[in-house]
Amino acid sequence: MSHSIDETFLSLPLRAAADAALQVARDLGATHADVRVERLREQDVSLRDGRLQSLSDDLDVGIAVRVVHDGTWGFASSPDVTPDEAARLAREAVSVARVAKPLNHQPVELADEPVHADATWVSAYDVDPFAVDPKDKVALFEDWSRRLLGHDEVDHVDVHLQQALENKFYADLSGTTTTQQRVRLQPQVTGTRVDPGGGFETMRTIAPPVGRGWEYLTTVWDWDDELAQMPERLVEKAKASSVEPGRYDLVIDPTNLWLTIHESIGHATELDRALGYEAAYAGTSFATIDQLGSLRYGSDLMHVTGDRVTPYGLSTIGFDDEGVAAQQWDIVRGGTLVGYQLDRRMARQNAAVLGTDRSNGCSFADSPHHVPVQRMPNVSLQPLAGGPSTEELIAGVERGIYVVGDKSWSIDMQRYNFQFTGQRFYEIRSGRLVGQLRDVAYQATTTEFWGSMEAVGGPQTYLLGGAFNCGKAQPGQVAAVTHGCPAALFRNVNILNTVREAGR
Amino acid sequence: MSEVVERVLALSKADGCVVVYSESSTVDLRWANSTLTTNGSRRERHLTVISVIGQSVGVRGASVLEDLEVLVRASEQAARDAGQDEDYGPLVSGPADPDFGDPAEATSTAVFEQLARDLGDAFAGDVRQYGYATHDLTTTWLGSSTGLRRRWVQPTGYVEMTAKNDARGGSSWVGQHTRDFSDLSVPALTDELRRRLSWTKRFVELPKGRYETLVPPTAVADLLVDTYWYAGGRDAHEGRTVYSRPNGGTRVGEALAPKGFSLRSDPHHPGLAIQPFLTAGASSDMISVFDNGIELPATSWIDDGVLTALPHTRASAATYGDAFTPYVDNLVADGGGTATLDEMVASTERGLLLTCLWYIRVVDPETLLLTGLTRDGVYLVEGGEVTGVVNNFRWNESPIDLLGRMTECGVSVPTLPREWSDYFTWAQMPALRIPDFNMSSVSPAS
Repeated sequence: MSHSIDETFLSLPLRAAADAALQVARDLGATHADVRVERLREQDVSLRDGRLQSLSDDLDVGIAVRVVHDGTWGFASSPDVTPDEAARLAREAVSVARVAKPLNHQPVELADEPVHADATWVSAYDVDPFAVDPKDKVALFEDWSRRLLGHDEVDHVDVHLQQALENKFYADLSGTTTTQQRVRLQPQVTGTRVDPGGGFETMRTIAPPVGRGWEYLTTVWDWDDELAQMPERLVEKAKASSVEPGRYDLVIDPTNLWLTIHESIGHATELDRALGYEAAYAGTSFATIDQLGSLRYGSDLMHVTGDRVTPYGLSTIGFDDEGVAAQQWDIVRGGTLVGYQLDRRMARQNAAVLGTDRSNGCSFADSPHHVPVQRMPNVSLQPLAGGPSTEELIAGVERGIYVVGDKSWSIDMQRYNFQFTGQRFYEIRSGRLVGQLRDVAYQATTTEFWGSMEAVGGPQTYLLGGAFNCGKAQPGQVAAVTHGCPAALFRNVNILNTVREAGR
Repeated sequence: MSEVVERVLALSKADGCVVVYSESSTVDLRWANSTLTTNGSRRERHLTVISVIGQSVGVRGASVLEDLEVLVRASEQAARDAGQDEDYGPLVSGPADPDFGDPAEATSTAVFEQLARDLGDAFAGDVRQYGYATHDLTTTWLGSSTGLRRRWVQPTGYVEMTAKNDARGGSSWVGQHTRDFSDLSVPALTDELRRRLSWTKRFVELPKGRYETLVPPTAVADLLVDTYWYAGGRDAHEGRTVYSRPNGGTRVGEALAPKGFSLRSDPHHPGLAIQPFLTAGASSDMISVFDNGIELPATSWIDDGVLTALPHTRASAATYGDAFTPYVDNLVADGGGTATLDEMVASTERGLLLTCLWYIRVVDPETLLLTGLTRDGVYLVEGGEVTGVVNNFRWNESPIDLLGRMTECGVSVPTLPREWSDYFTWAQMPALRIPDFNMSSVSPAS
């Protein structure tokens, strides 16, 4: 079912405000100017042990004007979407650029991009989550909670749902004008078992966040099955034996591998990081631009793409926040680094090395009050056509661990050294699962880890995972992003015991 | 504008209503590779309407003020749709602040004038400069149907600077919070960066292992912020945090740190002053919308080494018979020490001196085991002097354990938490000496 753009958004004076700002910017000598109007509706629902803890419903509307004046960026924003305020913002953005000019030693030039006049794009979803009565949402989660609390060994149940409806209007001096709308939601259910003798264990659903509508809660994902299995899985985990640290072969489920891709490939191939723009905050990257086309990222089986077009992807959109059309490209091919995530400025500045002077559409701001920066597209590990099932991957392991669901994550500022935990770790002996282990973390270095990828699952194992809360930039911005991946087999990975790490 | 609050209260038909309205004015500058990257000047506002009907609550928020009545009615409908709220209690009442009717205060790029001049000089130097400066003035008005009228103007500013040279390990960081930038000296910060970069003349490769480690105030702040964020009283009573006692109850009363060590929050702490009343746009495990407007007291979380309180809502405090000790947005740790970090270096035979920690995440909530990285300079101390720069490490440690294992606590100084400054700006911390910090593996990052 295709939706049209929200009427309350269209009723804002989008074009009049844009025209006013662009005219002022032009008159003041800006070489580039863009206007972005955003309306972000968000609703979060939290239940604690079957009772509504909070239902927050928020609406943020605002307008931003960004200019390049005398080779320097200037940016200003306001909550008031009117032509007068837009004109004031254009003047203020130019004045910010003037203040900043003495500090700028690299004149800003942007890659030329085709003009998209009056383009409209709406994401693929069936049921607008904001059209569903909040009472029905709470009733559904009360039912889920009751089912879990009905089990003797489940002591606590937390349910969280985040929902967003995002509208963006963009116009620039070159004549591009885009109007867009997308929805996303993230439901999570966590069961907790408290051991009367001390200690506790949790189990969270592995259902990923998605760029879908309310249908995700009713038909797309098998919630009944996940909730039905959670108590037994939780008890098994709580009573499982603690892992013996050492080297193991890992079969990693897409519900866990997406996050390892996000941290060790997604962030590492952001060109702004590789160029040092994030050096004081999010960090840099080992995958420096001089290694484009030569860096051995991983095994020959490794094919990683960037895209903003995958249906239901959280980074999927029609046009980015610089008016560049969404597209797909290779980041790692045959195990070699072949591409980066770009915006218009970096594409122009590094055209000679990149071999192209076009952006690939990765500019994004999470709010009308934030400057667009290069943000992650959907970065996905491609499955192997005709490749093995998860069971077949497990069958190829003598002594190993099958990792399901994400939990804790951390990686260093150059994206080398990482450590991840998960929701469930199943011991593999002689090609078969023999029960859960606990206290497991895997720790590795990015290129060594991807170099140890010996087998990649087939399309039947492929799943879109992702996150709502990817952080970057100052002031801090969050972005939602999807990572598709198959199950995959990694040989000889370092496993830690987290209880021993705590010195117990 | 306080008028927005009054208009909403006049529209309210609920049994009780609390309105929280804020206007923010923010400027920022960002730089990398010794040149400006982004900048901005922005104005934001936010209105939250909390309607109480019977013992139920409904909340709606927006940045648009055109349709106040729609927003008020929506919050009332949400209250009618919700069941009895677990946190229900009488709304807070109290006097009106005399400045309640005053307008919002605004900042501007003028606050950066001196900073911009000094940065220009720093950019011309022989090391590469990276960093960020931000200044925000947020005016918050809170009004309730019970007569409460509060207003507060919160300044939040900080600068972070990273400098790099081409040596291995050649990266260093300094940061400082500020209310108005008048107390900030870029030349002093760049001098400290240079001093630290001068330690990169000798690189020493060290393996993973347990090392005597001097943890500086910024890193102590990041670690203790995590001990605070996971300290919810209700969760602890329910048996699901590091503060839970086996067979029920909490660890309040247990010694976690050496005698003389304290951890407290105080909205009026000199230099760290923050909004002295509670505002909550949504209820969570530690705060409740029913507590909006309540005066925030000074609270000791750890006193003389003993855990004395955990953050509670009024409702959860009543449920468990604990004192009401609300979450407050600043932290002061003090062990009575007088040694500066340099003096602690001078009294170190062999150990590591850290600059800051990064990418800190909870690995195991049962022990509050955290993992993370060292960042922007790990230095080798030998015979009381820094003798070189060391590779970075991934570490795994529980800050609760670290409190118990510290062998020295330095002088408590204002500090900017490197990792959590986006969310937690106001801290005052000592440096700690840990005899056996667990560096779990080597990170090749620099």
